[in-house]
Amino acid sequence: MSANFYYGIEVFLNGLMAGVMYSLVALGFVLIFKASGIFNYAQGVMALFAALCLVGFQSGQIPFAHVINATFGTEIHHFGWHMPALLAIVCTLMMMILFAFLVEKFVLKHLVNQEPIILFMATIGLAYFMEGFGDLMWGSDIKKLDVGIPQGGNLWLEENTAFLGGDDFYGFYIDNLDIWATIFAAILVTALILFSQYTKTGRALRAVADDHQAALSVGISLRVIWVIVWSIAGFVALVAGIMWGSKSGVQFSLSLIALKALPVLMLGGFTSIPGAIIGGLIIGVGEKMFEFLIGAPFLGGATENWFAYMLALLFLVFRPQGLFGEKIIERV
Amino acid sequence: MKFTKLTAIAVAASMLAGPTMAELVFPSLSYRTGPYGANGIPFADGYSDYFTLVNERDGGIGGEMTKVVECETAYNTEKGVECYESTKGMGSLVYQPLSTGMTYQLIPKVTADDIPMHTMGYGRTSAANGKVFSHVFNYPANYWNGASVAVNHVLDVNGGDIAGKKIALVYHNSAYGKEPIRTLEELAKKHNFELSLLAVDHPGQEQKSQWLQIRREKPDYVFMWGWGVMNQVAIQEAANIRFNMENFIGIWWSGSENDVIPAGDAANGYKALNMHAVGNDFPVFDDIQKYVVDAGKAAGAGDQVGTVLYNRGMYAAMLAVEAAKTAQGIHGTANITPAMMRDGMEALEMTADKMAGLGMAGFGPEFAVSCENHGGPGLSSVTQWDATAKSWSQISDFSPSDNDVIGKLIMEDSAAYAAENNIEEGCK
Repeated sequence: MSANFYYGIEVFLNGLMAGVMYSLVALGFVLIFKASGIFNYAQGVMALFAALCLVGFQSGQIPFAHVINATFGTEIHHFGWHMPALLAIVCTLMMMILFAFLVEKFVLKHLVNQEPIILFMATIGLAYFMEGFGDLMWGSDIKKLDVGIPQGGNLWLEENTAFLGGDDFYGFYIDNLDIWATIFAAILVTALILFSQYTKTGRALRAVADDHQAALSVGISLRVIWVIVWSIAGFVALVAGIMWGSKSGVQFSLSLIALKALPVLMLGGFTSIPGAIIGGLIIGVGEKMFEFLIGAPFLGGATENWFAYMLALLFLVFRPQGLFGEKIIERV
Repeated sequence: MKFTKLTAIAVAASMLAGPTMAELVFPSLSYRTGPYGANGIPFADGYSDYFTLVNERDGGIGGEMTKVVECETAYNTEKGVECYESTKGMGSLVYQPLSTGMTYQLIPKVTADDIPMHTMGYGRTSAANGKVFSHVFNYPANYWNGASVAVNHVLDVNGGDIAGKKIALVYHNSAYGKEPIRTLEELAKKHNFELSLLAVDHPGQEQKSQWLQIRREKPDYVFMWGWGVMNQVAIQEAANIRFNMENFIGIWWSGSENDVIPAGDAANGYKALNMHAVGNDFPVFDDIQKYVVDAGKAAGAGDQVGTVLYNRGMYAAMLAVEAAKTAQGIHGTANITPAMMRDGMEALEMTADKMAGLGMAGFGPEFAVSCENHGGPGLSSVTQWDATAKSWSQISDFSPSDNDVIGKLIMEDSAAYAAENNIEEGCK
């Protein structure tokens, strides 16, 4: 086999890995949409906010230091300690739970029974609020995120596959970060499925997802469920924030990863956790293979964003609910 | 009666809110928010702080106090145009939009309104031909100079012969990122190197395909025309595939601390071009500390002083101040108009003595502007990142670009613009 054939396989494998990264973002959207019918525009900003909190806790940064200094003329910036990564992750998780509680108390509670578009608009407002609030709390400089996940090509894989395609083939390249992202995504999805299938809260969550009114009539508190769902989505956002933030540093652009999740959702369906994973993999492989075979050689490159949305559009035409979404039949 | 009172109050309020007639107004189309805010903040701080320094230390320019009017664009072209429209009536002397997209929109507007625009190291490169672009200035260097200086650096490293070498350009898939392509294609023909082009879509968070291609094709050098998150991801991806950082060269918009810090030690040795000095080892920074930061008058928290983009904002402001002084000298009045400012910019001369007098000896190249050449000589330097010291160091002098190639391209492009817009070439 020629080196090009193996490079094609390499692109395929990297497409799968990229797909996992997209799925991590898409999962947060699915969880909230499934439980409350809200398309959470703020999911990308939640990933940014979670990553900002994580770096802030880790580096011992004083929240709102710039505001305090500007108001009182002080010169405070750091507590002077460095928090271990695991403890910082726990603190960030607590922060995301607090965030979920506040969103329910100040936003969602007041919008019960409103049209989905109203709730969607509320999440747009929430996204803009969070962008500014995150900057105010932790500053807008670009921060390095390091929780100990290794980065860079996997040397073992490269060395042990280099013999495959002759002198022009340098072995399969897979980023260690992507391998870890795949492991985390697998654990996350398994945990989410086990939680929703085998725990009382998980069953309540599914009941709310099926029918709000029926769930209320058997004594399930909609407000508690919303706090739980937004907390879980916050946790998923934290995982996505760690993975994407490790690549680019923690900065405003992290909120734009939501754009990568949209075609995944259109393809996999807004209500299916496996759909988010399969959709992510299809988009990841599809866009990378298209770029490798057609985009870069014939179209000048940079076709990935375009192709992902085109593929999702095609699916929408033939299967509007997505691959695994629920078919909605409304009788007039 | 009531209406008259209200009108009087409104007029009084607008006089208080707006600049007084004696102030020299310098608008700052800044972006402190949005995906490029982390880069926009230090530039805006540097720009603003230098004018504060001039007011506090020198009592303004020629006795006239300066006023910076800041308008947030979020790096959005439409908002930038809105900012221009809302501030041009304040007597704004010169616009620096810090965006190639905005520059393209503002070129016909500033020309019609007789207000100069300075696009330092960005914008439309062929604006260097002042006989066509009467109100646009892009001294001291433009993208085509940058492309040429990068090639010259590679020539220096390789003993003057790069025939057969492979150079890949990783570029932001926008008007900005595409600017150097034509020059690099011409230089590839001249020096017989092989050029490959790799576009990255906005914002540039996912670049796996491009870096897998680089790993497959093994170019000898990679040039980068990136901005924002694209830079950080590209440097990390280059480190991931173990590309030699010494052979990775970014344009000046891909060479700030923000771009290299997220990659940590892996970014060590990365190079970037620059049209001004790096670091804060210049007397002017002592003055900024004394008159601006310590006096509590800094535009930001004072923590950006000496960073690459702060220095760039400060350098842009210094050039504006020197042009204003030149305009005052030409027209014999301290209270200059935008049209006079344009004349000052066209007659600007930056000498070593002048920069030394400002506490900025060697901070930028020496150059002179003329009607024929609004772009200066196109000198720029190469800087390199030291990840351990967390600092940039200048590893080459401000060196010239290949004006034989660039001059021809500027003439061609500006002539095409003149023909499209029925502009008769000539000096004002």
